[in-house]
Amino acid sequence: MDVLVENLGLYWRGVLTTLQISLYSGIGALVLGTIMAGFRVSPVPPLRAVGAGWVTAVRNTPLSVVLFMIAFGLPEIAINAPFFWFGVTGLALYTSAFVCEALRSGINSVSTGQAEAARAIGLTFGQTLGEVVLPQAFRTVVPPLGNVFIAMIKNSAIVGAVGVGGDLYSVGVQLTGSLGEAAIPVLIGVALGYLVLTIPAGLLLGYLERKVAIAR
Amino acid sequence: MSALYDVPGPRARRRTMIGTIVAAVGLLAIAVVVVQRLAAQGQFTAEKWGPLFDPTDEAMPQVWSLLIGLGLRNTLSAASLAVVASLVLGTLIAVTRLVSAPWYRWLVVGVVELLRGLPVVVLIFFAARVLPEIGVELPGAGREVNTLFYLVIGLTLYNMVIIAEIIRAGVNSLPRGQAEAASAIGLTRWQGLRLILLPQAFRTMLPALISQLVVILKDTALGFIISYPELLRESQIIVQTTKNPLQMYFVVAVIFILINYSLGKLAEYVERRLSRARKVPAAAAPPDLVEAGRANAGN
Repeated sequence: MDVLVENLGLYWRGVLTTLQISLYSGIGALVLGTIMAGFRVSPVPPLRAVGAGWVTAVRNTPLSVVLFMIAFGLPEIAINAPFFWFGVTGLALYTSAFVCEALRSGINSVSTGQAEAARAIGLTFGQTLGEVVLPQAFRTVVPPLGNVFIAMIKNSAIVGAVGVGGDLYSVGVQLTGSLGEAAIPVLIGVALGYLVLTIPAGLLLGYLERKVAIAR
Repeated sequence: MSALYDVPGPRARRRTMIGTIVAAVGLLAIAVVVVQRLAAQGQFTAEKWGPLFDPTDEAMPQVWSLLIGLGLRNTLSAASLAVVASLVLGTLIAVTRLVSAPWYRWLVVGVVELLRGLPVVVLIFFAARVLPEIGVELPGAGREVNTLFYLVIGLTLYNMVIIAEIIRAGVNSLPRGQAEAASAIGLTRWQGLRLILLPQAFRTMLPALISQLVVILKDTALGFIISYPELLRESQIIVQTTKNPLQMYFVVAVIFILINYSLGKLAEYVERRLSRARKVPAAAAPPDLVEAGRANAGN
């Protein structure tokens, strides 16, 4: 167990790097996913096709393949960036497909009657969306969206495995590999690191779910 | 029609038409820029694509035999072993959690939460590091079989608890009367589960279970971290000689998309068939099982 205490600093930096990857990717995924969800519910057929194609392609590709394409493919067409940003981009692109689906199912879960009633009493499109549809969609979206982001924190380990150093996973590889520590105590440290991130996130999500739950 | 729009009138139809044209032109422009960029960087040359699609290229037969004959075969065998193991152990965990007395249920819940909170790649990596250290190795088996063994263990550890949760949700979604009737005719809790509840739960949750297969298949592409010769790892090795990473990983992605898309369609088909066949009121079953399965994945 000494390995845990001695390398506390290394673990701590690992947690921070994992958080950093997750934060940047999360913002990117939220922006791109919202745009794609907008495409998918828009009345314009080509945009709908782009949204649907994006979701189908990305959701069915393993994250490791997405990351390989970006990290080893983009330099081929003279797009160069630090590996960290390749990793963040890959994770953001991948997660955006799941964000898009969560948002879309939320919008679709609002029954047609709600929007019809809003239009019937004379609300404009903006009012219908802002006052009636989105507040209801938001409640349905919280649980799946939260799960997507928790899964994203875990997926950041794959970003580490593809070659972005310094995150929690890479700390585990480094300690058991080049530093030659026994695997079991190192594993306990890495596991604790991830649980410190995912369990509070899960509890927060549970709290939010209860808070926005629809009382019927 | 979604909740957002009314049936379009003449003006809305005209606007949609204009939007369609603008969007199509914009998308076309983006496509042209991308293609130009790729062409300018020499990504459409025979040198890059030849090893994959040119029958006169002497490398092609070897590339495909490594990709499909070795890589895809290994991917599929790892995935199917992990699926079978996860289903068996997942069912066991679900049953244990459902019939267990409170004093040891917290243990099952703890294990489930622990494994669910860890990235699957961490589980695979440490299966390959910890198991040999404590002497768990297949005796007499080569390195390749042992990495397969570790990959399957890593995948199973994660997916069995997800499957256990899917099955538990299925049992809990059944009408209470089912369990009550089972105990009324004198079945024990375990008999009731085995004969009455589990068969129904499997049926309701079949679409979610199939969706989980997609997740397992995708996760086998993590075998490269322990050098298991699956599809991605093989393509990684081939790229070292053919020097065409963009094309190679594109083809690998397409292979995964084709397989997973078909599995996804199968899940939707099964869900449609089940919802038509079921006479139980819709309220008894969670509305969107396929989506539920995918949402818990997020990967």
